[in-house]
Amino acid sequence: MHIPDGFVNIATAATTYTVSAAGVGYAIREAERKLGERHVPLMGVMAAFIFAAQMLNFPVIGGTSGHLIGAALAAIMLGPWAGVLIMACVLVVQCLVFQDGGLLSLGANIFNMGLIASFVGYYVYRGVGLLAGGDRRGTLVSGFAAAWASVLVASTACALELAVSGTSPLRVALPAMAGFHVLIGIGEGLITTAVLSLVLAARRDLLELEKV
Amino acid sequence: MKLRWWHIALVICLAVAFLSPLASGSPDGLEKVAEDKGFMERAKEAPFQAIADYVVPGIENEAAATIVAGIIGTLLLFGLTYGGAWLLVLRRKGSA
Repeated sequence: MHIPDGFVNIATAATTYTVSAAGVGYAIREAERKLGERHVPLMGVMAAFIFAAQMLNFPVIGGTSGHLIGAALAAIMLGPWAGVLIMACVLVVQCLVFQDGGLLSLGANIFNMGLIASFVGYYVYRGVGLLAGGDRRGTLVSGFAAAWASVLVASTACALELAVSGTSPLRVALPAMAGFHVLIGIGEGLITTAVLSLVLAARRDLLELEKV
Repeated sequence: MKLRWWHIALVICLAVAFLSPLASGSPDGLEKVAEDKGFMERAKEAPFQAIADYVVPGIENEAAATIVAGIIGTLLLFGLTYGGAWLLVLRRKGSA
């Protein structure tokens, strides 16, 4: 879902950059308030894993692929603001080193895959968790729902940015993006639950860290 | 040095990076929409090229070039994020 330069206009780029900068700034303050030593390696591992996993595009339907976003997983394990920081790190490196996502559209990419995906993932996880319970099955169900929702909402935000930029009208971009990402979200859900499953089996205590 | 869980986790991440040449080469959701709906040509190239498209320049074998790109990125992200988080923890302890 990395938007290249040219898809968003200056106004949209400027707006999303401003919001994203504010979001990342706030995330840094929250992290400074709450991060403990035990969070540190997990943050590093999360960023490393998300980067590596994002390279593994999986086929979805007729000539289209999807890839993990990872924000929901990061937010579930470390909290939404930590998720914002991790995703921002990944997206900035992807943009500057690997030319994945444009420089002008970096604000929009951080907004969609950092802010939106993190917070949707975190709160859907919490909300579904209230219904599904905190046992292993409940955790995996909540995780799947959170991951799927985060992809869908992020792709909707992306479609909105395309529309507002005059790149593609909403009535075209939204159903097209949603259509693919409803499926891509399933992949995100599967990967997220696989990781959560491993964590529950191997280091359950990591899930109990205070969320940032 | 004691073996910690995140040593193992980092190795797993690197193993994932090794699998990167196996990834699907199809366009992702956004790219496919852009192609189908006719706005793909609006995409502009980056003003500079470092390890563009996750292929390290100068390595002939494309699979190897991709794997090396994956390893570089994985280690870079681990280091930057671990280091950044550690700095924030230090700052809090310093002002406590």
